[in-house]
Amino acid sequence: MESLNFDLASSSLSDMNRFLHRDLADGDRRHVSVLNPDGAHNIAVGLNHPVTVEVHGHAGYYAAGMNKHATVVIHGSAGTGVAENMMSGTVHVKGFASNGAGATAHGGLLVIDGDAGLRCGISLKGGDIVVGGSVGSFSGFMAQAGRMVICGNAGDALGDSLYEAVIYIRGTAKSLGADAQFEDMTDADYAALAELLSKAGLDHDPKSFRRIASARSLYHWNADADQEY
Amino acid sequence: MCGIVGLLVKTPALKERLGELMVPMLIGMTERGPDSAGLAVFADPLPEGSRKLSLYSGLTDEGADFNWHGLTHALKDHLDVEALIDVKNNHAVLSFAVAPDMIKRWLREHHPKLHILSTGRTIDLYKDVGTPAEVAERYDFKSMKGSHLVGHTRMATESAVTPDRAHPFTAGEDFCLVHNGSLSNPNDIRRKLQPHGIHFDTDNDTEAACRFLEWRLREGDELEAALQRGFDEMDGFYTFLMGTPDKLALIRDPFACKPAVVAETDDYVAIASEFRSLAHLPGVKHAHVFEPAPEEMYVWKA
Repeated sequence: MESLNFDLASSSLSDMNRFLHRDLADGDRRHVSVLNPDGAHNIAVGLNHPVTVEVHGHAGYYAAGMNKHATVVIHGSAGTGVAENMMSGTVHVKGFASNGAGATAHGGLLVIDGDAGLRCGISLKGGDIVVGGSVGSFSGFMAQAGRMVICGNAGDALGDSLYEAVIYIRGTAKSLGADAQFEDMTDADYAALAELLSKAGLDHDPKSFRRIASARSLYHWNADADQEY
Repeated sequence: MCGIVGLLVKTPALKERLGELMVPMLIGMTERGPDSAGLAVFADPLPEGSRKLSLYSGLTDEGADFNWHGLTHALKDHLDVEALIDVKNNHAVLSFAVAPDMIKRWLREHHPKLHILSTGRTIDLYKDVGTPAEVAERYDFKSMKGSHLVGHTRMATESAVTPDRAHPFTAGEDFCLVHNGSLSNPNDIRRKLQPHGIHFDTDNDTEAACRFLEWRLREGDELEAALQRGFDEMDGFYTFLMGTPDKLALIRDPFACKPAVVAETDDYVAIASEFRSLAHLPGVKHAHVFEPAPEEMYVWKA
C-alpha cells in the first residue's frame, strides 16, 4: 500500500489537510505519516475516508475532530478537543489528552493510553472512549449515548446529568455528579467492556470495573424540587 | 485569550542563552495574544543595598526620545544619588545604591508620566503594545540573560490595550505575575486590599491578583501558603505564572479553563499555554511533557 509523509517542519498543515480532503478517492486506504506536528492545531480534521494517519509527536487542539472512517494514531499528546464530534473510525492517543477529549462524539472509538483532562466525553452521543489512565472533573457530563471506560480514577462530578451513556470505572471517582449512580454489572456489561478493552489493547479484568449510569431522576421536571430540601 | 511562557534553566551555561531560547516561545503565542507582549527576566541579584527600577517612557511626551541621561544627572543634582542607566528604546533599567522609595517619590514628582514597571534586585521588566515579534525586537529580548523568565502575549478582554495594562504585572519587589483568563471578582479583591494602603496603577483584573499574592508574601506567607489563599479568594478563569528571585510558580483554576503545558529536561523547565511554543526547544522530543492539573501548585526553583 502506498505510504505518504507530510513533514510539517517544511510543508504547511493546510496542504496536508487539503490532500486528505480533496485528493483521496472514495475508499482510499492509504497510510499517511505526519512528521514534526509540533503542537499544530486541526491536524487531520474532518477526514472522510478509511485512511490511516499516524502523527509522530504532539498534536495541538482539535486533532482528528469530526473524524469519519479514518484511523488516526497520535504518537504523543493531544491538545483540547481531540476527536471531538467524531462520527466513526478510530482515534488513538498514545500519550495524554487535554480537556474535552471525545466531546460530543457520535460514533467511533477514542483510545487514550495516558490521562485525559477535564470534561472528557462531555455530551457523548454514541461514541466509545477508553482511557488507560485517569480523567479530570466533569467527565461524561450530559453524555447521551455511548460508553466510556476509565481504567484509572476520575475527578469530581463524574457523569453529571447522564442520559443513557454508560461509564465503566476501574479506580475511584472523587465524586459522582447529579443523578449518576453506581449500578450492578450485568453479563452484557462484562461482554461490552471486554470487547472495548480488547480493542484498546488493554488486558484489565472486566471484573475489576464498576458501572455508572443515570438514575433518571432528572428526566422529568419536578415542580416540587424547591420544596424538597 | 492570552499566551503565557516561562523558562527556567538548570544548566548554568544556558543562562547565557535564556533570551534566545525564549523568543520563539513568545512568538509562538502570537495567535493567542497579538496586541501586547511583555517579559520579566530574573538574573543575578544586585548587592544588598542596591535596587533597580525598570522604567517605561512610552507614555511621556518624549516617548522613545526621553532624555534618560538627563534623568541620571538630575538625580545626582537633586538627591546626590549616583545612578546607572541601561537604555533600550522607550525603556530603561535604572540602578542605584539607595532605598528605592526616595527615588520613586522623586520620579513621580518630576516625571509623573514615566511608568515604573518593576522594582527589585533581580528583576528586569519590559512590556509594550505591539505583536510579540515587534516587542521582542524593540527590546532585543534574544540577548537577555538570566536564570529564569516569565513572558506574556496579550489579547485584551478585561481592560484597554495600553502598555501599562500589558503583562507581566509586578508588585512590591522582585515579584511578577502573568495571567491567561479573566477574574470575576477583581473589584472585591481591590476593596479588600485598599484599606491596607495598597495602591493600584490600572483597572486591570490581573493587577488585583498580582497585588493580592504579593501582599500575602509580604505579610509573611510562604509562596505555597499565599497561593492557597489565592485559590480561596480569587474567582474566575486563570492560569497564573509567577516569578520570584529564585522560583517560577504556576497555578490553574479549579475548572482548568485556561491551558498550560510543561516540558522538563535535565537542562530546563519550560512552560507555555500550548506545546507549539515549546516545539523548538533543544531535546524537547525527549522531555517529560505534562499538563499541570487544576488547583495544584507547581513551583520550580532556579
